[in-house]
Amino acid sequence: MLADKDRIFTNLYGLEDPFLAGAKKRGDWDGTKKILGLGREEIVTRIKASGLRGRGGAGFSTGMKWSFMPKQSDGRPHYLVINADEGEPGTCKDREIMRHDPHKLIEGALVASFAMGANAAYCYVRGEFYRETEALQRAVDEAYDAGLIGDDACGSGYKFDFYIHRGMGAYICGEETALIESLEGKKGQPRLKPPFPANVGLYGTPTTVNNVESIAVAPEILRRGADWFAGLGRPNNTGTKLFIISGHVNQPCTVEEEMGIPLKELLEKHAGGVRGGWDNLLAVIPGGASVPVLPKKLCENVLMDFDSLREVQSGLGTAAVMVMDKSTDIVRAITRLSAFYKHESCGQCTPCREGTGWMWRMMKKMAAGTAHVDEIDMLEEVTRQIEGHTICALGDAAAWPIQGLIRHFRPELEKRIAEAKAGTSQAA
Amino acid sequence: MVKLTIDGQEVEAEGGMTVMQACEQVGIEIPRFCYHERLSIAGNCRMCLVSMERAPKPVASCAMPVAEGMVIQTDTPEVQKMRKGVMEFLLINHPLDCPICDQGGECDLQDQAMGYGSDKSRFSENKRAVKDKYMGPLISTTMTRCIHCTRCIRFASEVAGVPELGATGRGENMEVGTYVEHALTSELSGNMIDLCPVGALTSGPYAFNARPWELKKTESIDVTDALGSNIRIDGRGPEVKRILPRLNEDINEEWISDKARFSCDGLRAQRLDKPFVRRDGKLVAASWPEAFTAVSDALKPLKGKQIAAIAGDLADCESITALRDLMASLGSENLDCRQDGAKLDPKSRASYLFNSTISGIDRADAILLIGTNPRREAPVLNARIRKRYVAGGVTIASIGEPVDMTYPVDNLGNTALLLADIAAGKNDFAAVLKNAQRPMLIIGQGALSRADGGAILHLARKIADQSGCVDAAQNWNGFNILHTAAARVGALDLGFVPGPSGRDTAGILEAALAGDIKAVYLLGADEIDTSKLDKAFVIYQGHHGDAGAHCADVILPGAAYTEKSGTYVNTEGRVQIARLAVFPPGDAREDWTILRALSEAMGKTLPYDNLQQIRGRMVDLNGNFLNVDEIQSAKWTGFGQAGDLEDSAFISPINNFYMTNSISRASVTMAKCADEFLGVTEQKTGTDG
Repeated sequence: MLADKDRIFTNLYGLEDPFLAGAKKRGDWDGTKKILGLGREEIVTRIKASGLRGRGGAGFSTGMKWSFMPKQSDGRPHYLVINADEGEPGTCKDREIMRHDPHKLIEGALVASFAMGANAAYCYVRGEFYRETEALQRAVDEAYDAGLIGDDACGSGYKFDFYIHRGMGAYICGEETALIESLEGKKGQPRLKPPFPANVGLYGTPTTVNNVESIAVAPEILRRGADWFAGLGRPNNTGTKLFIISGHVNQPCTVEEEMGIPLKELLEKHAGGVRGGWDNLLAVIPGGASVPVLPKKLCENVLMDFDSLREVQSGLGTAAVMVMDKSTDIVRAITRLSAFYKHESCGQCTPCREGTGWMWRMMKKMAAGTAHVDEIDMLEEVTRQIEGHTICALGDAAAWPIQGLIRHFRPELEKRIAEAKAGTSQAA
Repeated sequence: MVKLTIDGQEVEAEGGMTVMQACEQVGIEIPRFCYHERLSIAGNCRMCLVSMERAPKPVASCAMPVAEGMVIQTDTPEVQKMRKGVMEFLLINHPLDCPICDQGGECDLQDQAMGYGSDKSRFSENKRAVKDKYMGPLISTTMTRCIHCTRCIRFASEVAGVPELGATGRGENMEVGTYVEHALTSELSGNMIDLCPVGALTSGPYAFNARPWELKKTESIDVTDALGSNIRIDGRGPEVKRILPRLNEDINEEWISDKARFSCDGLRAQRLDKPFVRRDGKLVAASWPEAFTAVSDALKPLKGKQIAAIAGDLADCESITALRDLMASLGSENLDCRQDGAKLDPKSRASYLFNSTISGIDRADAILLIGTNPRREAPVLNARIRKRYVAGGVTIASIGEPVDMTYPVDNLGNTALLLADIAAGKNDFAAVLKNAQRPMLIIGQGALSRADGGAILHLARKIADQSGCVDAAQNWNGFNILHTAAARVGALDLGFVPGPSGRDTAGILEAALAGDIKAVYLLGADEIDTSKLDKAFVIYQGHHGDAGAHCADVILPGAAYTEKSGTYVNTEGRVQIARLAVFPPGDAREDWTILRALSEAMGKTLPYDNLQQIRGRMVDLNGNFLNVDEIQSAKWTGFGQAGDLEDSAFISPINNFYMTNSISRASVTMAKCADEFLGVTEQKTGTDG
């Protein structure tokens, strides 16, 4: 269990003053000028050494991502774009940072921008986060007034501006290139890669898109040292992470924990355990709606980090743990996720546009038991026809939950179809 | 150059090429729907997926740039399976109404479904239905068939320069449309029909008319403007069913204007299909010998100077040659091909050509439009200027009406006096032209058909000389005249202009009014003030019952451009041959043969009996006719005469783009367009509100 001294987000629950005075008390903006004094190269090297992996879901090395930005500007400006379009179902960590610890994000934005030669950061906030935007804007204004950002950020002579942009509520705008399109005022649709944003991003300039949490932890890593961060968690899965536990637990919560904490321990220590006891557990979706579901037997020993969850054919995603006890109709639950992806597909590329609707309709039949047993295999095949064939990862995200369901709960699907045929169905 | 391996084959490709292009280089065809070489890359249909070594996922070959050492597989079972998967997705919500779809037989989806489609569907849900959108009288929509390739959207915003189309809605609810429904305000909108890979956008006027395999396809040349766009005429029996563009990188790339495409229904209406002779004030149908006798009786007593001939805008070079020779044998020097009175100098070829050539626009870095609105006068050329603008590094200014050309134009004002300022270096744009590597002037007929047209031509030449528009070292001549009439350059090349003591168009009309000219031969000339011809004996040879035919005393029915083998010279001076696609209606004949027969009836037999011989005569008149489809650059000889300028605005000769010649004036489709876009037809009467 993470020791209190190793916590980064010490005001996660908003018990203290979220704004400048409180933030300074918690150590934010402490020696920021000194951090900037390390120079671009050194900051990137240290972040790389800390092993920080992107907290938005894909888990790509943050330091590596920063290092992709051109070292010398070719005349075009560089931008940092912060992805605060937290739309993944079950996820509510970035909003906690924005409303309770906004200065961590702003300081991180300054450090990250400096490390990438960007003089401006755009923070794309999910439209529904109205009060969070207010809090963040207030913190930004404070930082400007205190000279922490602006023409001479923290007295370093570096010019840095922080802009907030509110989204309009499309899930796809959380995809980095769709977010850039949306920020440019266009329809939020993912771009083709290559070119990658580090070459051609926002307004055609080198851009890096980072998750709120990845940015917010950066200053603390630089203050305490890469070794400290790398010393937490497991190799290649280092540091602390915000976990969000929702569903059938006694105390749903967002909590900062060490990477690689066993799932069972996470649920029992922080969420008060599964409703009705561990044995009442049916399944867990460990990382937001996009990752495959894990049945109870895999939940027993699995560790909560990128690599361990990949080994069990799931993923850490945003670390939004959704717990389902035995009262859950797992087929209907996954059907609901399919409806979500059908609704949020941007419609640009064929497999996702056509496939998400088809999968949802088949899932509805599965849930009602009116499908044919052969259709289970067909559904599986359709998910494979989408997976990997789309422009962005939404196609994969729509396919994986269904694949997970078929992998682990095939008997349940078959039973339901048989029951419906026999006329003994409970559902439908 | 980059080396990569495609299906085990080593391929060299230029850097910056896409994998798909590299595949095509070695003859491997990749199926695609959204990709089009003249549009930006969308990569959304996913049909072109190929597998790439060391890539975690298959890549869209249309969007992936080639790189050294790439290993691409385009034909593995996995790739086949991916394509079949994408095809299945495209088909699940596609109506499969091919038997009643106009795209049937020339549909990309249909063709590729033969290769990648399944013979039975696994999709047992309801198919999506989408409400059709109104896109004007030219484009008929069946949006349920749309596969969301966004080619039309990209065409509208990139090539046509009217960003009016877009996609609304998300996921399977995404729909292509204009949001507020209206017809697309582009003169090139018909090209979206060709671009649409399925039957979502089809030709409105051609709807349910024919199947592609029933049509006889004839490669020909468009005459509705002076570009000589390359077209394909699809005919069945006696009718032209539709007109499509043909690829010609030097002229029209693969676009044609809506007028070129859709005015063909005018070929069926108002046709002159037999000779007519005026008796007791009424035109009565007659036989060919009767008509010839009437003409010969009227002309024989006249002296040469009492006879005149005017060639219209659609006349082919063969008939112009024959008429020229006939007039010469009658001793008349009163001929002209400049119906609008444009002050073009027939003695210097460079003074009336688009010297830089159309593709030369791609190289220009400063363009001055003088008294021209290319969007209306030559929409395809306008798209070329827009393409140049999109490529960047060009300054475009205009002297003329401040109109939306679909790209930003610095309107310097609208008076001829500005030209004098530029020539004197008093306007800022003079420096822009001077500093440009390849400056270009485009002079429209609106500037030249004025009384001071000669002075304007002279000034334009002066500007061209001063700013280095003509640079032999760079093989560059940026002095360009943009014509609006397909026949104009050919007629000038053939010398269909007044002789030393002859009268020009205005002179002929005045003399006819005064009674000095007693007979006028109109070769398809409809765009003149025919009220001045009341006293004269008018012979009208043409194909439509338009203005010229109404005032005629004898009508000799000729063939339209789709009904004869005729030579046309475009605004660049490129000689091209239009071919017979369907036969002329009724008793109508190819135009030069009418003149040949008439000459015989008059006892002045012209010395050619077939096309070869008359084309030989054309070469005698001007050697350029030897080089079909090629450009002979014109010598930069002296032309133009200084004169006083009028302080008045340039007015484009084309007000109503959709109705500029006898064919388009007879076209119902063009009338609908004029109504839709310009609101020019008369107000409806009656009770329909």
